[in-house]
Amino acid sequence: METSLIAAVFATAITAGTPILFAALGEIFTERAGILNLGVEGMMLVGAVTGFMVAYKTGNPWFGVLASMLAGGLLSFIHALLTVTLKANQVVSGLALTIFGTGLSGYLGKAFIGQPLPNPFKAEKLGLLGDIPVIGPVLFQQDPLVYLSFVLVPLSWFFIFRTKMGLNLRAVGENPGAADSLGVSVSKTRYLYTMVGGMLAGIGGAYLSLVYAPAWMENMTAGRGWIAVALVIFSTWNPLYALVGAYMFGGIDALGFRMQLLDVQIPSYFLSMLPYICTILILILTTYKAQRNGVGAPKALGLSYDREER
Amino acid sequence: MVIKKRSVIALLLVLSLALLLVGCGGEKQPAGDSAAPEAQGEKMKVGFIYVGPPGDAGYTYAHDQGRKYLEEHLPYVETKFMESVPEGAASESYIQQFVQEGCDVIFTTSFGYMDSTIKVAERNKDVVFLHCSGYKTAENVGNYFGRMYQARYLTGIVAGKQTKSNLIGYVAAHPIPEVIRGINAFTLGVRSVNPEAKVKVVWTNTWYDPVKEKDAAKALLDDGCDVIAQHQDTPGPQQAAEEKGVYGVGYNSDMSKMAPKAVLTSAVWNWGPYYVETVKAVKEGTWKSGSYWGGLKEGVVGLAPYGPMVAEETKQLVEAKKQEIIAGKWDVFTGPIKDQDGKTKVAEGEKLTDSEILEMNWFVEGVIGTIPKKK
Repeated sequence: METSLIAAVFATAITAGTPILFAALGEIFTERAGILNLGVEGMMLVGAVTGFMVAYKTGNPWFGVLASMLAGGLLSFIHALLTVTLKANQVVSGLALTIFGTGLSGYLGKAFIGQPLPNPFKAEKLGLLGDIPVIGPVLFQQDPLVYLSFVLVPLSWFFIFRTKMGLNLRAVGENPGAADSLGVSVSKTRYLYTMVGGMLAGIGGAYLSLVYAPAWMENMTAGRGWIAVALVIFSTWNPLYALVGAYMFGGIDALGFRMQLLDVQIPSYFLSMLPYICTILILILTTYKAQRNGVGAPKALGLSYDREER
Repeated sequence: MVIKKRSVIALLLVLSLALLLVGCGGEKQPAGDSAAPEAQGEKMKVGFIYVGPPGDAGYTYAHDQGRKYLEEHLPYVETKFMESVPEGAASESYIQQFVQEGCDVIFTTSFGYMDSTIKVAERNKDVVFLHCSGYKTAENVGNYFGRMYQARYLTGIVAGKQTKSNLIGYVAAHPIPEVIRGINAFTLGVRSVNPEAKVKVVWTNTWYDPVKEKDAAKALLDDGCDVIAQHQDTPGPQQAAEEKGVYGVGYNSDMSKMAPKAVLTSAVWNWGPYYVETVKAVKEGTWKSGSYWGGLKEGVVGLAPYGPMVAEETKQLVEAKKQEIIAGKWDVFTGPIKDQDGKTKVAEGEKLTDSEILEMNWFVEGVIGTIPKKK
């Protein structure tokens, strides 16, 4: 009984954490390039609605995922255009993107409200792996997008920290002037990774409308985009920690409900505060340690780069 | 410098585009706005303030269906609505805006608009205001709500007949009397046909979060529940029941489309007839302020069509009870009713008054769960 309870909590933690994980992963790429994009919530919503619309029309959820990537990418392109080319304030542009995305998704989705998805992603057992006791049901009886995230996280880590392109990416975020003098195009890099970020945020949104609660409901992200932004700080801009954090943040609710059923009284408001408390703690720690260990925010995060002002 | 100016302009452009789209999403375009009214004389304007988007497939959706019903049935009425209006003091300016736009009747459809409605009404005596789910009235402010507990009781009968594990899960929203009343009525319904069954309650403290609400239902399902009832606006809990291959009871509007194999029925709002009646009364000058609390009899609350898994016998049981309630022979909170500790709360032959029902803050026997204490 006890192990099955724990397994259930972990399995739910993974599914609840996956949308935040995708979005946070994207934002890690974006912020590593020195661009702060606070439009995650808006991009997730637009991703959710376009993903649902296309999956609904074509009957194939994979087309939905592609559409959500496209939509998220397009929205983040606006952000890149404003902040990289026009050098607008990144915070303002990001916030505008969230407002824009929220409105746009509501507008686009009008006709799809109350429609069930004919062919949502289903949990699939991964062969023999799914039969391993405890671990199997938790890790290997999930839906295809969760498996995708399993692959994507280590790949992203490898890309950012172990490849030359990753090095260039980090250089642009830390010291764009130096990167520029070495022949790395700062604006191209920033455009590229801002859009990668948007695409991943789009998938995060699509996860909600195609897997988690397969339907379109206005504002269905309910603030998860902001949790993803917090998660990026929590993860210290490292995809591996983002995975841990996403499952932790996702598991808090699952755990809270089971506590209620066991009649353990923890105020649920306290539980919903936990992700943010953790984030603030990590923020304090990393700022404190930043000088010595080189962990912490990319140095040029949020700053426009102008070659002439170098 | 040039670059900076350009970027400011670009930002403004995007911002205004965003606002425009938000606006488009929210505002109703009255059909033939410019041409029609002159031809038929001045139209009566009715405004609706919504707490969520009409696309929530739940609470606001039900109000919006009522608004459309009103427009269809009274050709001289033109409606407007504002969606996702914040509750509390901030709502005042939104309500005032509808007055400025010439609304004759304004429905404010959520609890948190109560004080703002009263305030705006004091300044605008020639406009009629109707506030949903509150308790304050004024000369030109009436309030209205529905006896949802009657429909809840009926869905309880359906759930009590369907459960095999004798454990029913209830995904509860916020610990306020409205929700508690619903849980109690539902539980009484369940135990009227199945005295062995128990109702387990989990609080989400949300009205609208599909993911969280689905998670709560999953926890209940893992705990052995085989029917899931709910109070929130999203079908998340029903989808969880569907995935697990068990049953559920929806709320607000018919949720069967979202989980066709799971949803037995839904306890639904049906505001249309009330809106028509009220606006008509205002038009004819017969409207008087007061509290309206319609139930099954008035048709404000009801049941959505049954799913195919519901047995004929169950339907007859429900129908019989429904007729009893409509005829006024019996109501849900008629004794004997015991509370969770087995103490008698309502003695045999007694009945709770409306104000006792409205302030309910205790669980009936058969509910497993606690009401979070207020400090």
